[in-house]
Amino acid sequence: MSEKKDIDEVSGVSTTGHEWDGIKELDNPMPRWWVWTFYATIVWAIGYTVAYPAWPLVSSATQGVLGYSSRSEFSTTMDVVSAQQADLRQAIADKSLEEILADETLRRFATAAGDAAFKVNCSQCHGSGAQGSAGYPNLNDDDWLWGGDIESIHQTIAHGVRFAGDDDTRFGEMPAFGDILSADEIRQVAAHVVSFTGTPSDPALAEAGAQVFADNCASCHGDNGQGDITFGAPNLADAIWLYGSSEREIAAQVRQPKHGVMPAWQARLGDPTVKQLSVYVYSLGGGQ
Amino acid sequence: MRFGTEIVLVGLAAFAALAAAGLAQDSAFQAHMWVLFFVLLGSAIVLMRNTSFAPEGAASIPLKADTDGYMDGPIRYGVIATTFWGVVGFLVGVIVALQLAYPDLNIEPWFNFGRTRPLHTSAVIFAFGGNALIATSFYVVQRTSRARLFGGNLAWFVFWGYQLFIVMAATGYLLGITQSREYAEPEWYVDLFLTIVWVAYFIVFFGTIMRRKEPHIYVANWFYLSFIVTIAMLHIVNNLAVPVSPFGSKSYSLFAGVQDALTQWWYGHNAVGFFLTAGFLGMMYYFIPKQADRPVYSYRLSIIHFWALIFLYIWAGPHHLHYTALPDWAQTLGMVFSIMLWMPSWGGMINGLMTLSGAWDKLRTDPIIRMMVLAVAFYGMSTFEGPLMSIKAVNSLSHYTDWTIGHVHSGALGWVGMITFGALYYLVPKLWHRERLYSLRLVTWHFWLATLGIVVYAAVMWVSGIQQGLMWREYDSQGFLVYSFAETVAAMHPYYVLRALGGVLFLLGGIVMAYNLAMTILGHQREEEPIGGTVVQPAATIQNAG
Repeated sequence: MSEKKDIDEVSGVSTTGHEWDGIKELDNPMPRWWVWTFYATIVWAIGYTVAYPAWPLVSSATQGVLGYSSRSEFSTTMDVVSAQQADLRQAIADKSLEEILADETLRRFATAAGDAAFKVNCSQCHGSGAQGSAGYPNLNDDDWLWGGDIESIHQTIAHGVRFAGDDDTRFGEMPAFGDILSADEIRQVAAHVVSFTGTPSDPALAEAGAQVFADNCASCHGDNGQGDITFGAPNLADAIWLYGSSEREIAAQVRQPKHGVMPAWQARLGDPTVKQLSVYVYSLGGGQ
Repeated sequence: MRFGTEIVLVGLAAFAALAAAGLAQDSAFQAHMWVLFFVLLGSAIVLMRNTSFAPEGAASIPLKADTDGYMDGPIRYGVIATTFWGVVGFLVGVIVALQLAYPDLNIEPWFNFGRTRPLHTSAVIFAFGGNALIATSFYVVQRTSRARLFGGNLAWFVFWGYQLFIVMAATGYLLGITQSREYAEPEWYVDLFLTIVWVAYFIVFFGTIMRRKEPHIYVANWFYLSFIVTIAMLHIVNNLAVPVSPFGSKSYSLFAGVQDALTQWWYGHNAVGFFLTAGFLGMMYYFIPKQADRPVYSYRLSIIHFWALIFLYIWAGPHHLHYTALPDWAQTLGMVFSIMLWMPSWGGMINGLMTLSGAWDKLRTDPIIRMMVLAVAFYGMSTFEGPLMSIKAVNSLSHYTDWTIGHVHSGALGWVGMITFGALYYLVPKLWHRERLYSLRLVTWHFWLATLGIVVYAAVMWVSGIQQGLMWREYDSQGFLVYSFAETVAAMHPYYVLRALGGVLFLLGGIVMAYNLAMTILGHQREEEPIGGTVVQPAATIQNAG
């Protein structure tokens, strides 16, 4: 331990005279650019706190000479967009769905708006491309459980499907045939349903299922399994399946059917958003 | 190696007992298996304490032996713990990165991302970083104070108590016990225990400074002390909570709403400031001058940047809550204090880099110096990026995106990781009285693996973070959002795969280091060509200049 200052041979700078475990310290000044940049940030900070809300007082804080607040910044931004869209939104609220579809400008705007609303509210179940997944219908095809014209789509979105909180909701439930049919009959009818669009595992089984189908299923699904949108009874004679296309999956659905639920959106989103969503979904696979 | 097979067998049996306890169908069997596990674990420890891995002829250094009257036992344990927890933390990091890239790897309920993520952050920050800070601070404070650690076996309590805290925290996360406070997830009883350990740590450290035989306190010790004192304050205030029951794991915070959020980020930001910055600056201020064998560049700069840093850092937390329910005035103050923090942070970088002036040639021959220089460079970069990201206009793009993750990792992998690796490579030959490391060429391998890993990681996160932020805010000409959230998540997939690759490189570097240090400790020396064609000065012989 030496308290005497000496000169560092490499740099020619004096040391401070302190030493710890062999470590000495040079007596270099602070770099000027460092000091001045530090001062500059302090000056800038003071200026910024004068301009913007900054210093806490007893029960409030200084508001800053610019009168800035993040709440007003947000509402201003939103107001600008709202003002830009106001006329079109009003027109959509005022007109019928058919009129909106007929007006090129309104249709484009409603489709873009519906697309945005779909991404936030609908993509969680139906997918961001509206492609659906097991139990959630694909909205791009022309197979519609409850009808694919613009009014039907609007009705479905506005009031939902099997949604307990809405009296106008779409409602239709297939009985659990596990309580009604025997296990053999269920296997037969599943084979028969497969035979509408494909090859059943056992033609004899499918043939036996024809009578079971006619007695139990045709009243809703139609004689040839073409479905009925009045009850939301799916078309069984196409290649589109909500809960799977194998005999095993069909039998499971006959025995103990799954029933999806979609919320009613009118109460949550209101017009014109539900109208816009309808126009957007209609643009995907609507029309039938 | 004595007892080698026995240790492995007893260890495996202990693990089997643990698994049996986990899978137990009734509580009696479970309790029984726990008893078995602890007995076997205790036996394995006893056996390990009596083993010897040294090759023929190499002197074996007892782990608990003193050096020149300095208490080095807890430091040797700490060095081993740092290396072990480092590799564990990096490994869990790779796992969580892969879980983000491939969500199927989330194994419910114990190993889903929500539980493995705090496991990773705590393993790296508190287990790896904390052990590194405790071990190096004990080493540095003794040498620079010329005094033995104060408090006798209290230093051992600090070491083992801290390990118990880590194990309690980590197992708690996997069991789903959490306060949901970022970087402060352990529940109230673990927090209370850590408080006791931390007070003991303070007593040992401060007691040693008080009985120093040097007239002045070395700059490294200022930083270590500010780290210890401030972390105690932050830990206690942020964890003020009321337990639901003295025998239950759940507690409720004393604060509510935005006050709770601000308290949390006052803690969270200063965990970065005082744990990951001030503490590791203490490490830098000792190990860079030692390894470079040069005096510290500027005493005046060290004083000014120290006081400016600790005064300004504590106010910067609100920048984590821009554009939230936090009042505008608090957001402004958080931002301007962050900007003013830029130069005080860079003071450390200047002092670190300029200390090497006159020793730049060592960059060519000494990979340990190279690591330390890279650490300081990453420190400078992150402490510029931090103030930049605290500016509200920048923050409105960067906040909640992967840019933040990239920023944290350029600090954690680049600065904290690299300076710790440098310190470990310096310490191990000293502590075990080896002439040199097992292999300097392996240090070079570690340097390049880690550097490449960090660069890949940080670059990928910049790109993904900025893309993510731009996608979130993209509106079409009519004022409608362009992307659904799920689409922005899907777009991140390639970046997440690359990020995991960066993590794998960094982990490989950590494993190379663990091997190199283990071989050094065991007394092996690899025959190899010196780097740069010159004879490398072994770290041990640079010593004794003072």
